[in-house]
Amino acid sequence: MLEQSCYDLADRCIAKHGAKPSSLIPVMEDIQDELRYLPGELLSYVAEKIGVSEAEAYGVATFYENFSFEPKGKFEIKCCDGTACHVKKGIAVIEALQKELGLGKDKHTTDDMLFTLETVSCLGACGLAPTMMVNGKVHPRMTPDSAVALVRELRGEES
Amino acid sequence: MTIASREDLQRARLDADREMKKQDVRVLVCAGTGCVASGSEAVYEEFRNQLEGREGISLSFAPHEHTKVAAVCHTGCQGICEIGPLVRIQSGDQVIQYVKVQPSDVSAIIMRTILHGEVIDHLLYHQQAQYVSPDDIPFIAKQTRVVLSNCGKYEPDSLSEYIYSGGFSALEKALFDMTPQQVIEEVSNSGLRGRGGAGFPTGRKWSQVARQKDPVRYVVCNGDEGDPGAFMDGSVMEGDPYKMIEGMMIAAYAVGAQEGYIYVRAEYPLSVARLREAIRNLEEAGLLGSNILGSSYSFRLHINRGAGAFVCGEGSALTASIEGKRGMPRVKPPRTVEHGLWARPTVLNNVETYANVPRIITDGAGWFRSIGSENSPGTKTFSLTGAIQNTGLIEVPMGTTMRQIIYDIGGGIKDGGTFKAVQIGGPSGGCLTEKELDVGLDFESVKKYDAIIGSGGMVVLNQSSCMVEVARFFMGFTQRESCGKCTPCREGTKRMLEILQKIVDGRGEMSDLDELEDLAQMVRSMSLCGLGKSAPLPVISTLHQFRDEYVEHIVDKRCRAHVCAKLRRFIIDPDKCVGCGKCARNCPAGAIIGAKKMPHKIVTDACIRCGSCQENCAFDAIYIEY
Repeated sequence: MLEQSCYDLADRCIAKHGAKPSSLIPVMEDIQDELRYLPGELLSYVAEKIGVSEAEAYGVATFYENFSFEPKGKFEIKCCDGTACHVKKGIAVIEALQKELGLGKDKHTTDDMLFTLETVSCLGACGLAPTMMVNGKVHPRMTPDSAVALVRELRGEES
Repeated sequence: MTIASREDLQRARLDADREMKKQDVRVLVCAGTGCVASGSEAVYEEFRNQLEGREGISLSFAPHEHTKVAAVCHTGCQGICEIGPLVRIQSGDQVIQYVKVQPSDVSAIIMRTILHGEVIDHLLYHQQAQYVSPDDIPFIAKQTRVVLSNCGKYEPDSLSEYIYSGGFSALEKALFDMTPQQVIEEVSNSGLRGRGGAGFPTGRKWSQVARQKDPVRYVVCNGDEGDPGAFMDGSVMEGDPYKMIEGMMIAAYAVGAQEGYIYVRAEYPLSVARLREAIRNLEEAGLLGSNILGSSYSFRLHINRGAGAFVCGEGSALTASIEGKRGMPRVKPPRTVEHGLWARPTVLNNVETYANVPRIITDGAGWFRSIGSENSPGTKTFSLTGAIQNTGLIEVPMGTTMRQIIYDIGGGIKDGGTFKAVQIGGPSGGCLTEKELDVGLDFESVKKYDAIIGSGGMVVLNQSSCMVEVARFFMGFTQRESCGKCTPCREGTKRMLEILQKIVDGRGEMSDLDELEDLAQMVRSMSLCGLGKSAPLPVISTLHQFRDEYVEHIVDKRCRAHVCAKLRRFIIDPDKCVGCGKCARNCPAGAIIGAKKMPHKIVTDACIRCGSCQENCAFDAIYIEY
């Protein structure tokens, strides 16, 4: 069972965008911005409130890459593998982080819920490739070493 | 500030002018995504903190004549992202460009440059020569900035600065001196073509919407710049949001739409924030809403954030996404102009297209046609990235050659490398090589080489890029992003990706190349939407231009760029190996043989090229050969 505050959040988001089917994506985005994931129960709740079927809402939520039914870590790392980052060896940065965090293709979030590692296709700072984004902040000119150092620094701040 | 009439707008212009004249010095800190990433926000804060309450300087007004009024502003992308954070100090007509500015440089800049007008040499841009003014730097001097004219000069959030720069004079002219029909004619005559990639004539699109019977029409802006390696539209949205919005407003007036939507890519939080701020300011001023400038024209604007689906850059998928549905393209016709958002006639243009409109209205079609080439007038923005000296955002007349872009503007290949190819048009584009460097780039010219201008991503590749791997990379991207609705794209891209993967893994056969070509033609001709239709282009283009590299991967099992990991050969140096056996113990394939305390050997046929031997060797005895 989700906490009542989650449903309150959903109500606020629906009120902001209007209880109509076209609000589905903005409402889900706002919920995810706040909770850093999209709880399944909340999706069903929103679907009913704005008048779309549960199946349709699920279909939309799974179509778009950015919605996640799984809770994300406190630090959401998006490593860029866009063209510019790719040709500047961005893959090496991703591999170094996977190794450091014990994550891989099928596991994106660390067990302590501190880090989520995702690969994205372009962060729009191609002039400074390779780049990565941590909780919305773009970090330029990464190397495997500097990426690992950054993760260690974040982990240090937490403990 | 309410701007409810033409007179109010004229008054706002005088106010903006007066406000600007009060400022003795303008500190312009680049706040594009690139410079923000390099730390420009800290530089901005440092300027504000240090200037606040400083003797002899005021941030608002001058209490007496010895006080200098300084304005600290954010600006849109100043272009040379590579050497950010970028700061310009403007005093009157004189502008000094500083590069790589750190918060620790701020006090010197205030003391020496702002207070005493001195130039600080070590913060200037150096490349062969030293440049003081941004307009002298070859990277900028060789560009023609129309769409990006305000980037680097004005605060993107400030309505008053936009008005100062001439903002809303186009809307004013359209509303009061032109009929909607005349606006469409002007845009048609200008020859403006959609900057999103397809190059469809904008004026024709507008006139098609205008003549629909349905009285409800929409204007939609495609800001879902999804091509990896492209950030032009993002830079326009975050650097000069008002210009793009003014273009949309003019489009709405021309086609009789009362509502508009901007669809922005999720990965561009800065663009969303700046557009929201701009819309809020315009609503507050009454420039968005009912009876704009006292005319009978009303227009409202909404922002939709994308949610991470590349296919939403396609028109019908984009409108489906705004409607709250899965972003899947539909069969056309009917086209978006007849049956777009909410099944109504819809003008759908991309960011850069709209941003071109205001200047066409104020300066006329003739002016626009004086720039660029015969069939593709005007300028085009490109994001110049990859193995090049100066990476960044550029704008050049259509028809400019690749050589001018790479060598004159981009400063040539970085670190003395050799030019191999330039990939343009992203995952739907192709490669141009040395032979095509002197082709003037416009919508038609590059098609001959299986490339497209696309939205304007331009990635320069040097000898360390493997063209087969580049093709695999793009196919991996389009395959992931294929929405799955039509079989040719869903299955075709998957099969093509499998073949490419096989080749880069060293398991390719010569017959794979024919199969790739067949599949490419099939996917290209039979897919439902532009994503599938253009997905094979990177493969077709590299197969034609770099067939020998494919053959090398297949026949010689060799990757000349040293990129494809599965084509590496690990070799033990017998002079360094002490025969400790650690590599053999750790080899997952059991591919290392040798007696104890004797140099070991790797059996190439059994080796899976994972590299664990090299990682485990304490004596640095294992090297890679390609």
